[in-house]
Amino acid sequence: MKRFDYVRANDVGEAVAALAASPAARIIAGGTNLVDLMKYDVETPERVIDINRLPLNTIEATESGGLKIGALVSNADLAYDSRIAERYPLLSSALLAGASPQLRNLATTGGNLLQRTRCYYFYDTGTPCNKREPGSGCPAIEGVNRIHAILGTSDQCIATHPSDMCVAMAALDAKVHVIGPGGERTIAFEDFHRLPGDMPEKDTNLQPGDLITAVELPAEDFTAHHSYLKLRDRQSYAFALVSVAAALKIEDGRITQARLALGGVAHKPWRDTEAEAMLKNSTPGVASFSAAAAKVLETARGYGENSFKIDLARRAIVRTLKQAADGTPQSQTDKRIR
Amino acid sequence: MSSQDAQSLSPAAVPIRLTINGTERRLQVEPWTTLLDLLREQEGLTGSKKGCDHGQCGACTVLIDGKRANSCLVLAVVKDGAEITTIEGLGQPGNLHPMQEAFIEHDAFQCGYCTPGQICSAVALVQEGRAHTREEIREYMSGNICRCGAYTNIVDAIEDVLGQSSTLREAAE
Ligand SMILES: Cc1cc2nc3c(=O)[nH]c(=O)nc-3n(C[C@H](O)[C@H](O)[C@H](O)COP(=O)(O)OP(=O)(O)OC[C@H]3O[C@@H](n4cnc5c(N)ncnc54)[C@H](O)[C@@H]3O)c2cc1C
Ligand code: SF4
Ligand code: FES
Ligand code: FES
Repeated sequence: MKRFDYVRANDVGEAVAALAASPAARIIAGGTNLVDLMKYDVETPERVIDINRLPLNTIEATESGGLKIGALVSNADLAYDSRIAERYPLLSSALLAGASPQLRNLATTGGNLLQRTRCYYFYDTGTPCNKREPGSGCPAIEGVNRIHAILGTSDQCIATHPSDMCVAMAALDAKVHVIGPGGERTIAFEDFHRLPGDMPEKDTNLQPGDLITAVELPAEDFTAHHSYLKLRDRQSYAFALVSVAAALKIEDGRITQARLALGGVAHKPWRDTEAEAMLKNSTPGVASFSAAAAKVLETARGYGENSFKIDLARRAIVRTLKQAADGTPQSQTDKRIR
Repeated sequence: MSSQDAQSLSPAAVPIRLTINGTERRLQVEPWTTLLDLLREQEGLTGSKKGCDHGQCGACTVLIDGKRANSCLVLAVVKDGAEITTIEGLGQPGNLHPMQEAFIEHDAFQCGYCTPGQICSAVALVQEGRAHTREEIREYMSGNICRCGAYTNIVDAIEDVLGQSSTLREAAE
């Protein structure tokens, strides 16, 4: 690991000032992604700013009836918080589908948002990679790409965003609260992560010097009809090949509201509002679910090893919507998919 | 004597305080030292193992303020003030923790390399109180890989301790 200066911030103001003073510094929260990448010399910050003493570890009610989750709330504390488990079970489920109990104790909400891709070439400094070294090339496009993206790719990068938590947050229409040199602002989840385009080195629309302070969930109720289905090479402690978050409201046998987001398929959590609009007012069933899946995957493209993901995603969407409609969400301990 | 005295630390070393297995320690650590390396190299506590050094195996699992965590991904300096429990702190020869006893009883290891991490993780699993079935034990132990494949006996050992703790709980009620 490359040597670095260590700075401990005691409040938000200190952290923002420390970031402004050295924009090339990296914040450390749980460290589960940053320390990993520093060990591979993929991240080589000259300064590391420790934000663990900041008072950002609470979950609070908002005036509009939602919840505001502090950036330092751990993935375990978030998943098991009774308000989250009762009112946002989709989010609890996605969190518990991720990583391991040990890692969920360390991983934070802010760090999970900003975790980087698991693309093998990104991790291997002996190979080119446009995300790690802009302009060096993307060996994944014609190389080993079983875990790579099928939607929203570019000729510069086909990496995926590996988070489970973020897929549920995208479906739940969360907002990200940020503070930077210019003050505070709120970013819609949809606009937080970005597609690779010709700047794959940028994962998000954050500006240099930005600190994430919280994620806000609106007051919507999808508790009756939701499911998070994660498909992977190993039943636990593995990243998603494809995952689907579905949330529905159903009244008198008709879908009145639909949310649909995918993980493991794109450079960002992939929410499709057009597919959601198609589901709205339809009768829940294989016909409408298949039509929505076809819509989501209309522009999907495989790169060889990952081409199987297109059909896998299609089936996963239909199954997850069915689980949601039936009120039988996927269990994250009983791995059988029903 | 800790082996730290024999090491030359860079001027970047930072003073921190940790309670390790019940003993308060004032230490100098370089910021890039992981908790795992601190425990093994500076403190001579080699029970916690380095399997992958990247959060992928669980061999380095210790309890930080009572919660299980992969010590290979934690910078020691970040945990200034914390309480750390390693396998050495859970029990010692002649005074074993019930989970250590159960692992021996059920033959829950072969080479033993993953075992300290498995036991720390299992102790936390019991305290968390979320696993009630074998299926749940397996899921909540998935962060600990065993290259020898002793999984079936590991689940037996944990089930045994869980059974005892629920019997105890019932008896106390
Ligand atoms: C073996 C393994 C398996 C895993 N499996 C899964 C999985 O199945 N599903 C899944 O979703 N995840 C998985 N993860 C990833 C894990 O969820 C992330 O590493 C974790 O969420 C990152 O959070 P952290 O607090 O540790 O971040 P850190 O490592 O501390 O930080 C990550 C990045 O975020 C930045 N950052 C952190 N907090 C802030 C903030 N408040 N403001 C601005 N920047 C910030 C840091 O500078 C850094 O760049 C796995 C990780 C490992 C090691
Ligand atoms: S897919 Fe993206 S991250 Fe992977 S090698 Fe190509 S440019 Fe790098
Ligand atoms: S050594 Fe820490 S998880 Fe493998
Ligand atoms: S007993 Fe050998 S790795 Fe588990």
